[in-house]
Amino acid sequence: MKRMMLAAACAVLCAALAAPAPAAEPVKLGVVFPMTGPAAVYGQNGVKGLKLAQQARPTVLGRPVELVVADNKSDKVEASNAVNRVIQKNRVQAILGCLTSSNSLAAAPVAEQAGVPLLSPWATNPLVTQGRKYVFRICFIDPFQGSVAAKFARANLKARTAAVMIDISQDYCVGIAGFFERAFSKLGGKIALKIHYNTGDQDFSAQLGAIAAAKPDIIYVPGYFTEDALIARQARELGLKQPLLSGDAAQAAELIKIGGPAVEGLYLTTHFDEKGVTTKSGRSFVAAYRQAYHEAPDSVSALSYDSYNALLDAMQRAKSVKGAEVAAALEQTKDFPGVTGVLTLVQHNAVKPAVILKVKDGQFTYVATVKP
Amino acid sequence: MDGAQLTQQIINGLTLGCLYGLIAIGYTLVYGILRLINFAHGDVLMVGCYMAWFGAVQFGLPWWAALMGSMLLTALLGVLIDQGAYRPLRRAPRISALITAIGVSFFLENLGLVVFGGRPKAFLRPEVFNHIYQWGSVRVLSLSVWTPIITGLILAGLLIIIYRTRLGMAMRALSRDLVTVRLMGIDTNRVVAATFAIGSALAAAGGVLWAMKYPQINPLMGVLPGLKAFVAAVLGGIGNVAGAMIGGLLLGLAEILLVAWLPELAGYRDALAFVLLIGILLFKPTGIIGEELPE
Repeated sequence: MKRMMLAAACAVLCAALAAPAPAAEPVKLGVVFPMTGPAAVYGQNGVKGLKLAQQARPTVLGRPVELVVADNKSDKVEASNAVNRVIQKNRVQAILGCLTSSNSLAAAPVAEQAGVPLLSPWATNPLVTQGRKYVFRICFIDPFQGSVAAKFARANLKARTAAVMIDISQDYCVGIAGFFERAFSKLGGKIALKIHYNTGDQDFSAQLGAIAAAKPDIIYVPGYFTEDALIARQARELGLKQPLLSGDAAQAAELIKIGGPAVEGLYLTTHFDEKGVTTKSGRSFVAAYRQAYHEAPDSVSALSYDSYNALLDAMQRAKSVKGAEVAAALEQTKDFPGVTGVLTLVQHNAVKPAVILKVKDGQFTYVATVKP
Repeated sequence: MDGAQLTQQIINGLTLGCLYGLIAIGYTLVYGILRLINFAHGDVLMVGCYMAWFGAVQFGLPWWAALMGSMLLTALLGVLIDQGAYRPLRRAPRISALITAIGVSFFLENLGLVVFGGRPKAFLRPEVFNHIYQWGSVRVLSLSVWTPIITGLILAGLLIIIYRTRLGMAMRALSRDLVTVRLMGIDTNRVVAATFAIGSALAAAGGVLWAMKYPQINPLMGVLPGLKAFVAAVLGGIGNVAGAMIGGLLLGLAEILLVAWLPELAGYRDALAFVLLIGILLFKPTGIIGEELPE
């Protein structure tokens, strides 16, 4: 009996192996996002956006799309390993990721060398795509974001001096802080103090003490939301009353949960807010996201959603999933109707408006949209 | 920098140092008795914080009840870790136990990621600890005043246990010679388990105070305080409970004053801790008030 069952099992197995491959083999997309570590919130929200995009558009070129999610643990080494793994082991046709600039900078050379297109939804450091053929992004870059923040600080917050807090373990923060300083000085402002910290730091009392001594008009903290929230709390505890201005990495619900009343009045520049939506696809995305997850979509989820669609659009136009052809098609992306605005890639980067938000009554509230 | 600002920075340093010291006590206690550097201490602290978070935020317990519950559960975890990971290695070379401790640390971190998820959670700060006292431009959070008081109470309780109880006598004897103590008919496994229970409860207490000061918890939150507390313990003289407190205060002050005087070196704050560690190991390996190691 046992032997018979074994034989039967073998027969089934052989039949399965011998059967012709299914007509439509899936198109595999590697999703190399930070699912754990300091940037976990961004990765998890990004995957929410991607799942929604996949539900709305499950096929490309008549083949089903399969998402291969790989955790880069918010770590540079893990990011390049994970990209390598999805290319070598999972044989993905293209990669969405990484989210943060540091991880994307580490991962981009791997994808470039393998000739697999990598499209980052959210990495804003200009170096990510520079000089690369297969690396793209669908967000604006930090020279723009930094200058938007500087203009806002000068014109709206009437700041003459600014202190800048820089997370030196993040390429994003180092980059954007530099662009902010340049733009702020050009507009006649003065940088009162630049001071450093690291991702994962929890005590900022020493840095804030130095800032208190420098008496700036505003404090620019373009860091991750965890550090921003702790900085805001400690700043208020130490009696610093200056307005805080941050960047797109502060846009996470946890900023408000952890920061509480201390982050009230914090301004930030970012990519997307549901109230700044102008396109029809944007409105339907917001409705679908709210229905699926019972919360407002943020920039990362919206940009991830767009990156999926922009990539599939490029594959459709290329009529192929081959790396070189998809990359060529991505380069030609023009007037693509994304949920974060109309997308046109110029030298592998998107040129898009930025949104300014303010934390008010425990909510991110829309302030303005700034065109490039 | 004027006087008020310097005073403020010194207060900031003492506040941070007190937290380092409190966590370092747990490190040093286990080392003093077992000669084992329990690298999982920081991660036990993390578990303690989550226990308190579940108690206070999920089940709505008052903060002191959540703290007690967390200390109790974390003590149990410490005993379990000892039973599962360290007891089988009691006679193995010390390095095996050390490597196991690092393994336990990774295990707890990753277990935390699976069970609690990678998203940070907001910790609460009870009203008692949320007042701000102000003298001129110097401001102190009431939690920063309470921390040394709580630490002092814990320290006193610990010294009473070590020097005034039979359990403490057994612990001290055990730190000298485990085999002889066993020959005298003392259940060494029970004494070691008690040591781990106390050490882990201390980690939970330190963790909860830490999380109230920096109200954000995540599964990797224990790594940095754990490392800093280790440096503090070695600085003061590992194995010495009072030394751990002194090491912690020194480290906290050094970190804050480095940034206060040389703001451009703020990014090297963590490096300073390790430079201090290397320095002390080179010039006075027994620490500031450490005793000579019995050999």
